[in-house]
Amino acid sequence: MLVVDNLIKRFGGFTAVNNVSFKVDQGEIVGLIGPNGSGKSTIFNMLSGTFAPSQGSIRFEGHELSGLAPHTIINRGIGRTFQIPRPFRRLSIFDNVELAGYYGQNRHSRAKASDAAKRALGLVGLPTDRHASVDGLGAAGLKKLELAKALATGPKLLLADESLGGLDEKEMDQAANMLRKIRDELGITIIWVEHIMGVLMRVVDRVMVLDHGEKISEGLPGVVASDPRVIEVYLGTDAQATQAAAAERRR
Amino acid sequence: MTARYGAWLALAAVLLVALPLVHRDPYHLHIMVLILIWSFAYTSWSMMGRFGLTSLGHGGFMGVGAYVTALLWNHLGVSPWLGIPIALVCAGALALVVAYPCFRFRITGHYFALVTLALSGIVLQVITASRDYTGGSLGYTPEAATGSKLLALQSSDKTVWYFGALAVWVAGLLIWFLVDRSMMRHAMEAISEDEDAAAAAGVNVTAEKLKITVLSALMTALAGAVYCQYQMFISPDTVSGIAVSLQMVFAAVVGGLYVALGPTVGAVITILLAEVLRVGFGTKAVGWDNLIYGVLLVAFIIFLPKGILGSLLERVRVRR
Repeated sequence: MLVVDNLIKRFGGFTAVNNVSFKVDQGEIVGLIGPNGSGKSTIFNMLSGTFAPSQGSIRFEGHELSGLAPHTIINRGIGRTFQIPRPFRRLSIFDNVELAGYYGQNRHSRAKASDAAKRALGLVGLPTDRHASVDGLGAAGLKKLELAKALATGPKLLLADESLGGLDEKEMDQAANMLRKIRDELGITIIWVEHIMGVLMRVVDRVMVLDHGEKISEGLPGVVASDPRVIEVYLGTDAQATQAAAAERRR
Repeated sequence: MTARYGAWLALAAVLLVALPLVHRDPYHLHIMVLILIWSFAYTSWSMMGRFGLTSLGHGGFMGVGAYVTALLWNHLGVSPWLGIPIALVCAGALALVVAYPCFRFRITGHYFALVTLALSGIVLQVITASRDYTGGSLGYTPEAATGSKLLALQSSDKTVWYFGALAVWVAGLLIWFLVDRSMMRHAMEAISEDEDAAAAAGVNVTAEKLKITVLSALMTALAGAVYCQYQMFISPDTVSGIAVSLQMVFAAVVGGLYVALGPTVGAVITILLAEVLRVGFGTKAVGWDNLIYGVLLVAFIIFLPKGILGSLLERVRVRR
């Protein structure tokens, strides 16, 4: 579905992403992890068109994406969420999502956008009332809104920049289950970026690890979590928790 | 729309239409016509101003609307009925030329205001410098029609102009409401908050901004052309230039640029202020209005950023 080849992004003399290649198949949930500054968000920004790659290709369903504008990529069927939610505070919750439904699906019709908004809001568990204000939402609510906006654009591939940092244990679990539900019920393929590994490892089918802009490991969560290179460069003190989570998954 | 709202609307319409038939004082009618034309111009500015696209170049668009129409009539004998559409096309093209690079390279906020400020200055300079054709800073008068006055879009009857200006003003409000109820407004609100997030929702940010800018420029140019045909005299200082641009910003901010009738309230206040000063103090008060505008503008931006009408409506809504 998505084929990324030798992707390179330089900012001046700094190489943020160095020669990364990967494939994502239809229906997968792929985790993309790595410490801060490892290039996860830069890859996301290239996939979603915010940055043009310095080199390399991104092919989605057989078509080259690199160099296309963000709105064109959304209309091709790649939705995204931002790590820090970016709601439009001057619009109601519903209008936020309806906007994404309208422009994200190539401006088909307002009625269709409205339906898409209702479905997306229902799925993530936000009120479908037209006037509810964004200001009433807490951290978890804003993340739900972010997700609803991305879903309303009708994506085939969802780029979820889901930093769960601000959430408590229960909310993290809910968010993780939500992504799985989106894949299972809507058949949407997902790439999930995260730096807290525990929750991610329980949900993803496959995981890729980045460090200093390079892919250092890739495979099943259990295998990656016990890869010495991964433990060395990234996991540190978090290693045990992650391995426990992976073990729990195997059981 | 509630029935009560409809009733108020009908009453206002009747009053506005009946006014020149009942009250025939030419001076008062003249003031009314000016208020209507400038209300339309200020509404045009607010079409984009309300979304954080602060243009200080709208005097330029107004000047193009007025001068192109008048020049085509005087030099080539083109009727304003055709000349105005041509002038609008020119203003629209000018808007594209200035705004496209700005939006493409994400020149926003203060920098956008500065680029458009230059536009005001350039149009003013072009009019002044080509004085052989435009009369320069002394001003310019469309030649009086020798044949059909209707064809020349000229009339000395203030009542006729009152209805013409009323129609243009109402058209401006209708466009405002159409945009207000469209997805375009949502897209522009989103863009004004966060361009990247708007793009991630699938909005073509550059295209949406260009659309509203061109619409605003076209309306402003029409205001210039109508003003020219009504006054039969234009000068760089009255229809173009930085002073006119600033006056638009001032009136829209004072009236309230987020509500449909805000710019109209702004026009009523600015024009009455200018007239009171002119009648009351005559030549002793030249330039006072600009001084008062400046002081008031600062005061409004700090204490009443939603403008007079905007703040009033908000109070009423809260009380309910």
